[in-house]
Amino acid sequence: MKRTLAATLAVAAAPVLAQDKPVLTVLTYDSFTSEWGPGPAVETAFEAECGCDLRFVAAGDGAALLARLQLEGATTEADVVLGLDANLIAAARDTGLFAAHGQVPSLDLPVEWSDDTFLPFDWGWFSVVGRKDGPSPKSFRELAESDASIVIEDPRSSTPGLGLVLWMEAAYGEEAPAIWAALADNIVTVTPGWTEAYNLFLEGEADLVLSYTTSPAYHLIAEQDAGYVALPFGEGHYLQVEVAGTVASTDQPELADRFLTFMLSDGFQGVIPTTNWMYPAVTPASGLPEGFESMRPETTLYLPPDDVAPLREPSIEAWRTALSQ
Amino acid sequence: MLRLDGLELAQGDFRLRADLEIPGGTSVALLGPSGGGKSTLLAGIAGFLKPQSGQVLWDGRDLGPLPPGQRPISVLFQDNNLFPHLSALQNVVLGLRPTLRPRQEERARASDALARVGLAGLEERRPAQLSGGQQARAALARVLVQERPLVLMDEPFGALGPALKAEMLDLTREVLVRRAATILMVTHDPDDAAALAEMVVVVAEGQAEAPRPTGAVLADPPPALRAYLGERG
Amino acid sequence: MPKLPGLVAAVLVAGLCLGTLLPLLRVGQGGLATADWAAFRFTVLQALLSAGLSVGLAVPVARALARRVFPGRRLLVTLLGAPFLLPVIVAVMGLLALFGRGGLLNDALGALGLPRVSIYGLHGVVIAHLFLNLPLATRLILQGWLDIPAERFRLAATLNAPIGPLLEQPMLRSVLPGAFAAIFALCLTSFSVALILGGGPRATTVELAIYQAIRFEADFSGAAQLALLQYAICGLAAGLALWLSPRALGGAGLGRAVERWDAKGLMARIADMAWIGLACLFLVLPLGLAVLNGLGGLADLPDGVAGAALRSILVALGATAMTLILALALAFQGGTLAQLAGALPLAASSLVLGTGLLLVVRPFVALSSVALPVTALVDALVALPFALRALSPALAEVEARHGRLADALGLTGLSRLRIVVLPLLRPVLGFAAGLGSALSMGNLGVIALFGGEGQETLPLLMALLMGAYRMDAAAGVGLLILALALLLFWAFDRGGRLHAAP
Repeated sequence: MKRTLAATLAVAAAPVLAQDKPVLTVLTYDSFTSEWGPGPAVETAFEAECGCDLRFVAAGDGAALLARLQLEGATTEADVVLGLDANLIAAARDTGLFAAHGQVPSLDLPVEWSDDTFLPFDWGWFSVVGRKDGPSPKSFRELAESDASIVIEDPRSSTPGLGLVLWMEAAYGEEAPAIWAALADNIVTVTPGWTEAYNLFLEGEADLVLSYTTSPAYHLIAEQDAGYVALPFGEGHYLQVEVAGTVASTDQPELADRFLTFMLSDGFQGVIPTTNWMYPAVTPASGLPEGFESMRPETTLYLPPDDVAPLREPSIEAWRTALSQ
Repeated sequence: MLRLDGLELAQGDFRLRADLEIPGGTSVALLGPSGGGKSTLLAGIAGFLKPQSGQVLWDGRDLGPLPPGQRPISVLFQDNNLFPHLSALQNVVLGLRPTLRPRQEERARASDALARVGLAGLEERRPAQLSGGQQARAALARVLVQERPLVLMDEPFGALGPALKAEMLDLTREVLVRRAATILMVTHDPDDAAALAEMVVVVAEGQAEAPRPTGAVLADPPPALRAYLGERG
Repeated sequence: MPKLPGLVAAVLVAGLCLGTLLPLLRVGQGGLATADWAAFRFTVLQALLSAGLSVGLAVPVARALARRVFPGRRLLVTLLGAPFLLPVIVAVMGLLALFGRGGLLNDALGALGLPRVSIYGLHGVVIAHLFLNLPLATRLILQGWLDIPAERFRLAATLNAPIGPLLEQPMLRSVLPGAFAAIFALCLTSFSVALILGGGPRATTVELAIYQAIRFEADFSGAAQLALLQYAICGLAAGLALWLSPRALGGAGLGRAVERWDAKGLMARIADMAWIGLACLFLVLPLGLAVLNGLGGLADLPDGVAGAALRSILVALGATAMTLILALALAFQGGTLAQLAGALPLAASSLVLGTGLLLVVRPFVALSSVALPVTALVDALVALPFALRALSPALAEVEARHGRLADALGLTGLSRLRIVVLPLLRPVLGFAAGLGSALSMGNLGVIALFGGEGQETLPLLMALLMGAYRMDAAAGVGLLILALALLLFWAFDRGGRLHAAP
């Protein structure tokens, strides 16, 4: 009896015990580690050169990563956090849990990058995505006035959700709460992450979904389905830069540095366009795949991290208040 | 010798006073109407009820500080004398020591006691597998192995039919009285008193009177008892 | 009996329920936001609607069950007790299969050319709560009907008096408020239902807002304040329930029907059978769909399912052991303090409880290594009120029957526990253990906040699969949860009664 119990416990604890190579733990968002995401390819490529065990831990969508890290504090097992975005940098830095990267990368971003703690790994424009034969409003105002339905993400847990709130802030400023109130009846539901929202959209729960200008490329390239479109909005499109950073309390600082360097190499960047369906932070030698850029916004909206810092909480609260009525 | 020294017991609004002595080795019936305080008195002696004032003394020793289980007393209740989940043997063994795994000699003593009350061979039966009379016998067997000098019985055979009851009273006399135990038996039936008891303590209207010989009490009952006994008296 | 363990248990429970708020409140400050008050209003609104509808619809169903005899009636009454053991997340899955976008109802509506309905939002939450609580309400009210002595019905029949105003209405007046308050309180702390069926900030319960504050924003003090708000509402509801004195959950005597001389007409018969039929359909269809989809999904079970099942079982067993120890200690203690401590977890936010505990231990151990034990502890507290409710009267009866004999034999302390009390309580202990392990097996709870890789329990695995829209696999896991929960309940309940004294 005792032996059975001990054996049972050993099996349950097995993942913790079975390790001889050094382990690099990367905390990231759900869709990054899914079988169709970049995770598997990145893991294979990095493990081939590092002689280590790269382990991804998925914890919801991007913004939830930060909360998870705050909860775990310095006791976290994560060595690298991958999947925050520029809008979260200020809050992430304030936790004091991250270490400077000490690198001087050369990047292909539409904006200047000089952050000493976080390194971008990809970027993209947020966009409302719909079907070719479905409703196609040309602005948030028009969407609010129509009866088209949309699924959005929660700005507290998801970087697209936060991006949308700041998009509204950048485009409408003081008027944003009124637009949110007008949008309330178009919003079918608010999901905690991008994966849930996009799945609901694909299942037909809504006409539209908050995603990226590059989302139709996935259907076109991976599924040969040209039925999806990113809708160009008159207000312009908000830019997202996704970043990674080293956790200060890591027990593998060299390995973490090595991972960040690898992150900006072709082995990582080359798989980003067709697995994460985002623009790579460093354009790989092979360039972007055919049909990747189905829609390029005319106007880019972007709030630098220091401008976002004072805006983030009030604009999320305004969003919550408008939608809770 | 049991001495109740200015004992005053309270149960709710009811009060009972007792100031009396019972010589060692005597069997005594507590006789009186329902609600007169018989069971209250027994509970006070057994230690289930804390006295308001006065003392319970056994051979000159104050029993007050002792919990029921440590008094020199065995108790037989009206019912629930056996734990339903234990075998007859286990129930009897509990009279020796709080254990469910008796040592060899404890088993032997318990078996012996069961045999003496006529339950040889029924050691492993549970109470539900015993008749009412057999249950009473098993309880008596436990009192036997306890070997305590004072035995309190609260209408112990009340649930049995008349023939069985008489049989049990005979058995009780045979195994306990011969052992020179002091017995206090609550009963409302003067026939029980006549069958078992040498002396009677009349308990009525919140007062326990001093013990008197059974024959004398039944021949000339005091007023409180006479009203209860009706024309029999 | 020694009182010390009881005091320790009471202090422990109160400390866990209330003390865990302190480390959270210390982390930061800031008041409740407008949206938090909206969550508060939504919580109360949905609980009022859920309780009102559950009780309102249970009346005709219970009346029909009380006065009709038909084959399968006993089975139906037994089944009414099952949703309490049903893992909430599995129930929601079944409801989605019926009312969801691709569900039977919408398929039917679509076939008729009617617009589809969405289950997300207030009505979805209320429908789920109705599904989970209608059976409980029906049992409570049915008990009320059966508690009316048969002689009164005979008397009314001989007098040709109207049964409604004479017998039924007074009974309902005494039973309904208690049933309403009990269900209202249960719905107040709803988490899984709102998590899956709530539609954004408009349909967020306080417990869900707590989850979001912790999980999304690491806003611990906000979560603690919401938890205090939840204590306040639940305290009021509990006070209400206590004051209105609901009946016990016992099912004694529910097997018989009341013999009636009224309602013999054809219309009344048809109406009664229609109520019973509709209630059955509403309860059995989602369950049946969940099982059916689950059978289909068994082939898609993900790799991690065996490990998750093992963890779930270990958590459930650990939680059950702790529940029993705490409940026994409190039951021995008795009195108001113990009752209060035993009821406290009903109002506690299990998420705040878990988070508070984790913040306390954070400086000393890696969170991933204690996530499962903390989950088990929180599950133990969640089941405590129900276990205590079953144990207390049983213990009182054992003491009343056998206490003096045990005293007289000098059986005190541990030997009394071992020789007398525990064996006699075995059937109740078995029932309580079954209840506790089934609840823990199906509880998503704290692990949703902290479960790291390789730490998923079955409910978390199921939630993750649903989030990734792998509905077939999720249904398979759901069936596994259901089967294991029922198996644990059956094993404990049966084990408790086997060879027990009559």
